[in-house]
Amino acid sequence: MIERSPGGGAVREHLSRVRVVPPVQPRKLAKVPFVELADGRLQGVVSSGSDISRVYVSSIAAGTHAYNCSTNNNRPCGGLYGAPCKHLRALAAEAVLQYGPGRVARYLRADVPEGADLIDCLDGAHEPAPAAMVFSRFLRHLAYLEVPDTGVPIPELHWFPASGTVA
Amino acid sequence: MLAVQLAALLDGDPEGAGEALDLVTGFDDALVHGLARLAEERAEALAALAGAFADTPIGGRLAEAAAGVASGSITEDHLTALAGGRAALLGAVHDALLADLDAALGRERAPWSAGPEPEDDEGGPLGGVRSWLRELAITGWRGVDHDLVSAADQVVEALLAVPGRRRLAVLLDGLAAELRASCPIGTMEHLPVRRWADLWTRAVLLSHDAVPSGAPRPAETVSGRLLILGVDVHEHGTAVQFQVHAVLEPTGGGRPRLVRTGVTVAKVDTITGPAVWKLPHRHGALLTALADRRCLDVTDLPLLDSGDLLWDDDRALPGKPADPFTTARLHLAGALAPAVPPLDRVPVRVAEPVLVEDYRVTKDGSFDLGGGVLAVDTERLPACGPLTPKLVAGSTACVGLIRWDGGRWLLQPLAVQAKAKKETVEVATGDWALGPTDPKAVKAEARAGDPVAVLRERAGRLLRK
Ligand SMILES: [Zn+2]
Repeated sequence: MIERSPGGGAVREHLSRVRVVPPVQPRKLAKVPFVELADGRLQGVVSSGSDISRVYVSSIAAGTHAYNCSTNNNRPCGGLYGAPCKHLRALAAEAVLQYGPGRVARYLRADVPEGADLIDCLDGAHEPAPAAMVFSRFLRHLAYLEVPDTGVPIPELHWFPASGTVA
Repeated sequence: MLAVQLAALLDGDPEGAGEALDLVTGFDDALVHGLARLAEERAEALAALAGAFADTPIGGRLAEAAAGVASGSITEDHLTALAGGRAALLGAVHDALLADLDAALGRERAPWSAGPEPEDDEGGPLGGVRSWLRELAITGWRGVDHDLVSAADQVVEALLAVPGRRRLAVLLDGLAAELRASCPIGTMEHLPVRRWADLWTRAVLLSHDAVPSGAPRPAETVSGRLLILGVDVHEHGTAVQFQVHAVLEPTGGGRPRLVRTGVTVAKVDTITGPAVWKLPHRHGALLTALADRRCLDVTDLPLLDSGDLLWDDDRALPGKPADPFTTARLHLAGALAPAVPPLDRVPVRVAEPVLVEDYRVTKDGSFDLGGGVLAVDTERLPACGPLTPKLVAGSTACVGLIRWDGGRWLLQPLAVQAKAKKETVEVATGDWALGPTDPKAVKAEARAGDPVAVLRERAGRLLRK
């Protein structure tokens, strides 16, 4: 309601409780527990279908669309035969669920015609990329679940009102 | 809230608030472009901010800071002084707003008296925080890039490990995520100028050595019956706070008091919607009281000087059914409101529970009470609960929080009553505290699986290798 009020963006400049980060949509996390648009890449972690203690780190660079997939120990994924593997396809599909197709395409600077799958609209090649950094960002992400809860009030969170997910 | 009360509230801005906010706006504009390249008019804006304090004890420091920054000497001390000046102006606006609101509602507020000093200071990487905030100020929002944003990651991680620095950690994490999502900021059309300056100012103050970080110590402990008015949910990517507004009926009689209590939990962005209620699972009594609309019998709960009860689920038991509308009708007029501690005097913290009835919903969703029109903030209905803009638009009574933002008063609904097939139904933000009850939401949750369980499993397998 506030964002739509007369003056639009100009009003937004004077609001303290305005939402800046668009909400992410809930999705099943089992296959792809971690997806992010960061460091100029769509990157994330895909759980191995056969070994529960193994994960793949997959990434697609914005602009060039260069892609990579390897295990968290930096061993190349066996599924990369001159085309994105199933992990990369899963990463792209889950990113679209989480962020919405528009936001992912904009970030990657990809042209995705209506009805097409994002992953089929990329024209990059396989290029090595640092898996260790993405994996450590994933571990940092998981570490939030280990931070204890607290009953101490955090007045700073008044700047971050929860809001309805945009369907 | 009656029509005549609303009319009194909407009758003009507090005296001097406009001038104070203009000075704040001038400072905020300087942060957009960065203090490294202050154009003349922005240097004048800093001087004007300092000038407002000319006859006060901090006048000298502020004048020196404004002049220093204008001549390129952007030190942490100068920034702290300017942040302090900005905070003092908004503190005055807060006080004037709350005084107007209390006067309109006829609400009595306890006088401020500081509780005991917090426990020992826990330190934390404050040097790193301050130098990051200084870089931001020098660069300006327009110049922020991925590298500058990423520099906050390590600082936040270190802060999260220090319990007494939780407030600062949560604040910086929220700000950094917004800057990251907004990059490249140079090409953004409309920046959230006031908001980011608020967050920056707050972080500068919280990272000052003089602000204690240890666990807060209670002013007293209280026992009695806690009657819940509603839950206000705050959320960003990595934190969610369930802040409960309630009336405390002290054991053995005595005047009922308005209190706040609640729980904050860490999370990640993919834990969202009703799934966030799985995080505070340790606090079963609180969740049960919210979901089943029951009161809580509490024993020896610590009460802070801010009117916040330090929640401890072991000292509470869900009691008899208690309906927020009945509580509001019975107690809101007579309950004593808590004082606001000096550091918390910011307009965004104004969140006063009210009951609104006898309104007509206008086309844009506002409530027309006859004596005035109250804007309703339906974009702040949390996705973790069943309250929707449609339910609010069809409602006949509403318990909510009166807030102020962007120069106007707003109502943030916490619970509504609506007529459905001759029956009155009630819907509140905390209804799904023990899981969704609406079949559609249950199905959606089943589809999405349990993100908390999945991530805990992954953490258990991968984190401690
Ligand atoms: Zn692969």
